[in-house]
Amino acid sequence: MAEAEVKLLGTWSSPFVLRIKWALKLKGVEYDFIEEDLQNKSPLLLKYNPVHKKVPVLVHDGKSIAESYVILEYIDETWKENPILPEDPYQRAMARFWSKFGDEKFLPSMWKFFISQGEKREEALVSASENLKILEGELKGKKFFNGETLGFADISLGWIVDTVSLLEEIMELKMIDEQRYPSLSAWMKNFSDFPGIKDSFPPQERMLTKYRTLREAYFATTRGTN
Amino acid sequence: MVSGGEVKLFGMWASPAVRRVEWALKLKGIKYEYVEEDISNKSGALVQYNPINKQVPVLLHNGKPIVESLVILEYIDEVWKHHPILPKDPYERAMARFWAAYSEDKCRDAVRRVFFAEGGERAKAIECLEETLRALDGELEGKEFFGGENIGFSDLVLGWMAFWLGVSEEVASFEVLDPKKFPWFTSWIDNFLQVPAIKENLPPRDKTVAFFHGYRRLHLAAPNC
Repeated sequence: MAEAEVKLLGTWSSPFVLRIKWALKLKGVEYDFIEEDLQNKSPLLLKYNPVHKKVPVLVHDGKSIAESYVILEYIDETWKENPILPEDPYQRAMARFWSKFGDEKFLPSMWKFFISQGEKREEALVSASENLKILEGELKGKKFFNGETLGFADISLGWIVDTVSLLEEIMELKMIDEQRYPSLSAWMKNFSDFPGIKDSFPPQERMLTKYRTLREAYFATTRGTN
Repeated sequence: MVSGGEVKLFGMWASPAVRRVEWALKLKGIKYEYVEEDISNKSGALVQYNPINKQVPVLLHNGKPIVESLVILEYIDEVWKHHPILPKDPYERAMARFWAAYSEDKCRDAVRRVFFAEGGERAKAIECLEETLRALDGELEGKEFFGGENIGFSDLVLGWMAFWLGVSEEVASFEVLDPKKFPWFTSWIDNFLQVPAIKENLPPRDKTVAFFHGYRRLHLAAPNC
């Protein structure tokens, strides 16, 4: 059997891996998905990502690329149909900015909220909500962060769609309600209905178990400290 | 000098992130106006152009702001296409972006940890930093620059280490830049600092050392940041 030209090393639950799956799907690129066990890293993963030993890793014609946003840019430059990034340099800069905002500001603030307890939880919620307001502001009047159609920033922020509902269930509160965040709520629906994205999210029950366990494990290790 | 609209850069003299944008502008011979920001008293302009982060650098091109130094570098390379910073080949571009990400995600944190470490924490922090230097040294093997024969995107992004790491060593009294342990990386530092666009665009060393002494004192005095 001929070896696939494109391989993606990942895990079923990683939001960073999911964004690569979305990009490949949108461009109609066939690939082999290789599920990695991060507790027991394969020789393949260590070979293809010796520096970080993390997923996702894209392997194309034997050459490996790591770091999700680096992979997204590579995919867009290699397979030119259905472009993810716009053509105009200023619009491209905006797309990259929102992608960074998602990973460097919003994601950490959500994680902090997820693992906080007591007073710190209230502070963390305020911080995460401020970031939500910023995203809401950017989306006003737009269907997607990219405009009429889904793009780089949407793919980078797409983890919000299922992760936030997970958090809402575990933490027992509503974070993104239609009243306070009408544009963001609409975006979440538009994003998950988009062809190629639909039905691509990992199984919710399995994710709930995973994140509940993660949270409890975190509390157990920090109990008695701070 | 190349024009192509009005270009303004909001910066702060000691900031490495600002310098990397200036290096890119100088390499491409782009005419720009520099505006020094007082970080402790941010101007209305800075807050207007970067309301989310309120940080420098901010590049203003024909009145439109672009923020985040790596985003700015990509923008500059896409608008002014002569003297390219990123290579043409997608795989080479991915490698350049990978090492740029490595600088921001691993190296900066590793240096910061050593810079602020006290007592027992220091040894562990230095170990982590040396791990990053080993990785960079390995990547540079056989090359003059990360970009090959000429400096490129990852050189500009990692460039802060060529100057600010030495400053950090002096301020926080540690030593990691050992030519025996990291021969390629220490050579790269020398090569990088010789490039005219870089050499002519570094902050004054004494002033920078003094600045970071103050910065370190301030941070150590305010625990739990």
